[in-house]
Amino acid sequence: MSSYFGTILQSAKTVLGGLGITMRHLKNATNQRDFTNIAEDSNYFKQPDGLVTLQYPSEAIPTPSFSRYRLHNDAADCIACNQCANVCPVQCITIESFKATPDDMAELGLTSDGSKKKLWLEVFDIDMAKCMFCGYCTYPCPTECITMTPVHDFSEFDRSNFLYHFGALTKAKAAEKRAKLAKYEAEEKAKKAAAPAAPKPAAARTPLAAKAAPVKAEGDAAVAEAKTDAPKAEAPATDTPKAAPKLSPMMAARLAAKKGDGAAAPAEAKADVAPEAKADAPQPAATASGGDGGEKPKPKLSPALQARLAAKKAAEGGDGKSE
Amino acid sequence: MNNFAAIFDNSWSNWLSDLGIAGLLLLPAIPLVFIAVYALYAGVYGERKVSAFMQDRIGPNETGKWGLLQTIADILKLIQKEDVIPSAADKLLFVMGPAIVFVGAFAAYAVLPFSPSFIGAHLNVGVYYAVSIVSIEVVGILMCGWGSNNKWSLFGAVRSVAQVVSYEIPAGLAILCGVMMAGTLNMQEIAALQSGINPNTGENNGLGLLNFFIFQSPVAWIAFIIYFISSLAECNRAPFDIPEAESELVAGYFTEYGGMKFAMIFLAEYASMFMVSVIISVLFLGGWCSPLPNIGPAMLNTWTNGPIWGVFWILFKGLFFIFVHMWVRWTLPRLRVDQLMYLCWKVLTPFGMAAVLITAVWEMYVRNPIK
Repeated sequence: MSSYFGTILQSAKTVLGGLGITMRHLKNATNQRDFTNIAEDSNYFKQPDGLVTLQYPSEAIPTPSFSRYRLHNDAADCIACNQCANVCPVQCITIESFKATPDDMAELGLTSDGSKKKLWLEVFDIDMAKCMFCGYCTYPCPTECITMTPVHDFSEFDRSNFLYHFGALTKAKAAEKRAKLAKYEAEEKAKKAAAPAAPKPAAARTPLAAKAAPVKAEGDAAVAEAKTDAPKAEAPATDTPKAAPKLSPMMAARLAAKKGDGAAAPAEAKADVAPEAKADAPQPAATASGGDGGEKPKPKLSPALQARLAAKKAAEGGDGKSE
Repeated sequence: MNNFAAIFDNSWSNWLSDLGIAGLLLLPAIPLVFIAVYALYAGVYGERKVSAFMQDRIGPNETGKWGLLQTIADILKLIQKEDVIPSAADKLLFVMGPAIVFVGAFAAYAVLPFSPSFIGAHLNVGVYYAVSIVSIEVVGILMCGWGSNNKWSLFGAVRSVAQVVSYEIPAGLAILCGVMMAGTLNMQEIAALQSGINPNTGENNGLGLLNFFIFQSPVAWIAFIIYFISSLAECNRAPFDIPEAESELVAGYFTEYGGMKFAMIFLAEYASMFMVSVIISVLFLGGWCSPLPNIGPAMLNTWTNGPIWGVFWILFKGLFFIFVHMWVRWTLPRLRVDQLMYLCWKVLTPFGMAAVLITAVWEMYVRNPIK
């Protein structure tokens, strides 16, 4: 019997308690948390009194300035080194660039950290639909021009709108500069042909003759050739004891590059045997880059890696066409 | 026996009925329009806002200022909807069900005293009529549930019938307490007896609130609470909404309904909510009588009584109970069927019987002693 009345009493108590709770919430419904300073709010994780609704599109909690969402590339600072595209696990970055002629260097100018720009950045596309927000692209960037921004709400109705274009050149300007480069290269080739007996180190150091190769389309082919050419070029150089024919092509190329940097002797030896292969071989490119510094990352790659990259680029190009 | 002419005169409703057919049509149209407006605003909009604030939300706020046009938009949507009748349904019952549910709730408005000067039907058995006519609602609910030919609908209808029939017993006992204190079944007279005005002399004792039946007997508050709980159950309101039970029965007996038929059932629910709120106000809280007392020269009670103030007070009290209904709904979880029956038969009914007995003794020997 006592449990009968006890139950009734407890029910009454809990009902009144519950009604008190809801009434308190009703009373507090005039309050609302101020979201403007939420990042500095010491009660960030506390359930506040009053309304908790955030009317999202018209109100939003500000994302912290260090949050890592949409990618942004500052084209003015980009030296088109391609490191971000190389490291990207999902290949969402597409970079197309070509060399600038020496008289355009002033127009290209410097990046904000003082690096010299050597390449025209024709295409810098980031496909944010592919991006997985790992942030790997931001770490190798030498000029810190590719960054993750706090912008997180950028949904689109059409997937193609996720392709963000950061390239700095207009189509017309790119065509003009490419034409200028082709003309300049042709002139250089003619000059080179006119002076075939020039000393080898000097030839290697005339930068643009060697540099002409890595321009995107032709450069790919050149790099692909380099893989096969490098061992060929190495094989005849038996007079240098270190460069044994047993070395793997990668190792050989690296050694050759080192030698190229240090002494001109092996380069000369090779030049004697296969002068036409020399232009395509990695070591002259290395020396050339040693001279101008703009292309540092590319020549340092092993031929194997270069070949893989070339294949990747070719595949990407194919994708682009099919899309 | 008593001369209530000084307290209420039904002059507005008498004037209307003297107009002939037009007046007789207008007489029920007034509560009907009131139900529509109240269901739209106090009901749907108010309920959504109250529930939102109780749950720390905002509620409708996009359609019009503070979302005020939201219910209008909802009604427009409901009107435009296709009137679907399931092919397996019993067409006659399916179509008649919502109408009967609404009529059952609306018919009780005939005896609700909206003012000392306005009552649809000045019946001497007003309370009895209200309690009995509301039972028709159960028939409508069963028609909806059976006619839908849907298992959820039938479950909901059967539960609803079991619930409403059960809770009419404690509700009836609680009403009996109020009726015994008044000594009449006439709604206007029950309200008039709580006005503090002596029907024979016309003098106002000015006590206001204290004249209400809830303060006139030591057990009236028990009857009041019993009737309030029972009225929640009779309106199928939470925590007694097992006939609807969204989480288990989809929508209970009106699962198959859409468009205006659904709106009709919805309207009936809000109509019966207001109806029971007015009945509880009349029986225990003085109906259209002002709760303010006369304090010395400040004749608050005298000032705030009268036909127009009466409309204000009855709507105020009715809407207050509507708010309490919402408050309870958004606080308590739904009862199980066995808990529902336990509460009805093992708690409310015995307490109601005890309250009736004590009220009878109190009325005979204390309040109005036999001379």
